[in-house]
Amino acid sequence: MEPLLAIVIGVLFSTAIYLMMQRNLVRIVIGVIILSNAVNLLIFTMGRLTRASAPLIPFGEKVPLEAIANPLPQALVLTAIVIGFGLFAFALVLTYRTYKEIGTLDVDELREAETPYENPSDKKDGKAVKEG
Amino acid sequence: MDHLLTLPVLIPLLTGAIAFLFYKNGTVQRWIGLAGTVALLIASILLLVDVWSNGIQAEQFGNWPAPFGISFVADLLSSIMITISGVMGFVVAVYAVADIDKTREKFGFYPLYHILLMGINGTFLTGDIFNMYVWFEVMLISSFVLLALGNAKAQLDGAVKYVIINLVGSAIFLMGIGFVYGLTGTLNMAELSVRLNEVDNAGLVTTVSMFFMISFGIKAAVFPLFFWLPASYHTPPVAVSAIFAGMLTKVGVYTLIRAFTLLFTQEVAYTHHIILWISGLTMLIGVLGAAAQSEVRRILSFHIISQIGYMIMGLALYTPLALIGSVFYIVHHIIVKTNLFLVGGLARKLTGSYELKKMGGLYRYYPWLGVLFLIPAFSLAGFPPLSGFWAKFTLIYAALEIESYWIAGVALLVGLLTLYSMTKIWMAAFWTPLPGYENDTTGAGFNKIGPRDMFLLVTPIVILATLTIIIGLFPEPFYELSLKAAEELLDPTNYINAVLGK
Amino acid sequence: MMKSLILQTATKLLFPLLLLFSIFLFLRGHNDPGGGFIGGLVGAAAFALFAISSGTEKARELLRIDPTFMIGLGLFFALLSGVISMYAGTPFLTGHWAFPMVFGAEMHLGSPILFDIGVYLVVVGFTLAVIFSLEEEG
Repeated sequence: MEPLLAIVIGVLFSTAIYLMMQRNLVRIVIGVIILSNAVNLLIFTMGRLTRASAPLIPFGEKVPLEAIANPLPQALVLTAIVIGFGLFAFALVLTYRTYKEIGTLDVDELREAETPYENPSDKKDGKAVKEG
Repeated sequence: MDHLLTLPVLIPLLTGAIAFLFYKNGTVQRWIGLAGTVALLIASILLLVDVWSNGIQAEQFGNWPAPFGISFVADLLSSIMITISGVMGFVVAVYAVADIDKTREKFGFYPLYHILLMGINGTFLTGDIFNMYVWFEVMLISSFVLLALGNAKAQLDGAVKYVIINLVGSAIFLMGIGFVYGLTGTLNMAELSVRLNEVDNAGLVTTVSMFFMISFGIKAAVFPLFFWLPASYHTPPVAVSAIFAGMLTKVGVYTLIRAFTLLFTQEVAYTHHIILWISGLTMLIGVLGAAAQSEVRRILSFHIISQIGYMIMGLALYTPLALIGSVFYIVHHIIVKTNLFLVGGLARKLTGSYELKKMGGLYRYYPWLGVLFLIPAFSLAGFPPLSGFWAKFTLIYAALEIESYWIAGVALLVGLLTLYSMTKIWMAAFWTPLPGYENDTTGAGFNKIGPRDMFLLVTPIVILATLTIIIGLFPEPFYELSLKAAEELLDPTNYINAVLGK
Repeated sequence: MMKSLILQTATKLLFPLLLLFSIFLFLRGHNDPGGGFIGGLVGAAAFALFAISSGTEKARELLRIDPTFMIGLGLFFALLSGVISMYAGTPFLTGHWAFPMVFGAEMHLGSPILFDIGVYLVVVGFTLAVIFSLEEEG
């Protein structure tokens, strides 16, 4: 199982990095989401993969009756998913607001907070260079 | 059993919860916020006194014994950081009352501010590496919203860059946690400190340590990873910038110091040598970046980066004296940098701009503001007898002691270049006349600030400037505090025993 | 807001079911998989569905409490569960249990449930605050 999961994690990482290299902000955000899922899978694999039952103690018992899976990585992944949920909700709202306010999703054009500089491509279109 | 250890987290949580409940009422929020930060300041000082006199304190959350449950640990470094964040939390809260506009207040500035303080304090106190990740995220999500709050175009642009890079940084941190857990089967930092030394393949541990170095490096804004900082820190209102500049990157520095003194000391010659190069380049690139800027907050943002270099230089040299210098430097830097941002904000309120070209004449009409600017500015550059002199002196002395001449040279050079930037601000904002009002003698070009707002804006600056002078004139107690903290860092036995209860 | 008869009719049926299911999940979390987070998500989904079919204004009316207020309330509850254990002289967040007899059956009441109520409220509040603000901007 481990080699298979290692390959899956690798594919997820490369997908994420490929997406994050794009200029479109939405793609970058999706890349980050995939990255965080790859990491979750990695933590899960790090906790060792075993064939065992769910780590639940049956009603009336004090200890589990059979071999159980390691619950800690599951708890860690769950926490990471919950945190990721909040962060990505925010990231998506931010992307949307940015698009509404600034009117572009191309990260090369997101220069509102930068020092104004002369972009040669602006001149070609005959557009005025923005003054700070 | 007393609960001093939980209070630095509980008080901001309570304050934040109440502020959420009264989110429609600005007045209540302001008063609750001030009361909360005062309580936080008192609690943090009590914690520092307690740790100073009784040694390292630990508390197991939910009464689950370490290393199974989540531990909170306060050693001297943690409690120093908590105290300084208490001071900053208070002064910036006072400043914010006059600085934050009604719209931002309505969208929840105050609750988020306190949740941010909670996240910062939690990171300083936790003794569990995964819990540290959780506190990091608490801090990050509130800083995201604070940064974007108000929806100005520049703010959104800055926030996009800040959010994306920090999400990637968190993912790398989480990856490191996964590997560490896979190697050792534990997450408790005291237990990890023992178990990581028992791993057969030390090279593997060093490789994993690089994940932490990169991730914490992103938070601390060190050399190749700092680009998000000057792209975002100058966009929000000054109160937000000031607390970010003062505390957030220093959380990264704290975690770097914690990780590379407690956890990853297997191959010091290798890891800390990398950190040394990073620190030298961070100092140099930061200060050169600042020299090219012409906007007050951007200059100050680049200076944060160059100053981070000094702090991790102490960690890289890894001698007792160097770590003393690091701890001392962090304390000095947080006070001075926050103060410079606050002064910059006040100057902007008076002249109406952050652009050096559009500022001027402040010295003529507000000479006291000139003095209040010069104190932190000279301290930042390292003039005696201000706090920065002792911090730089200790670090450079530590470098010379182990014959690391080039880093000492870089540190001295950067001090000089810092002075250049500070002089630039002084000349443009204070010395030359206000553009457009060259022949005016009435001070008509300045915006009027009411006495109440003026009091709220100036008090924090005066408090911080006084602290800078106190540290400068009486460095001995602070030096001793740093000494003890550095000793604890170099010998983690006490830390481990306090957590694991041996 | 989406003007669709199918969606509106379906929401009328689904809304109470989702709420009931959310409370079921929340209570199930006491001893089994479930709990405040997942329960809160389902609860928020119910209101989000209502907001999409009938508009956020009506959804806000139906919710009665403002989402932001809910976040504060949730934090407060979570804090309370920790403070109870501090008051009892044990470390923060230690579970304390009481076993009162209700209608002849033993109830397991503990401070962790307060924390879970807090989580539930924060999740509902946060999710709805985000969804409402996005919907209203439209």
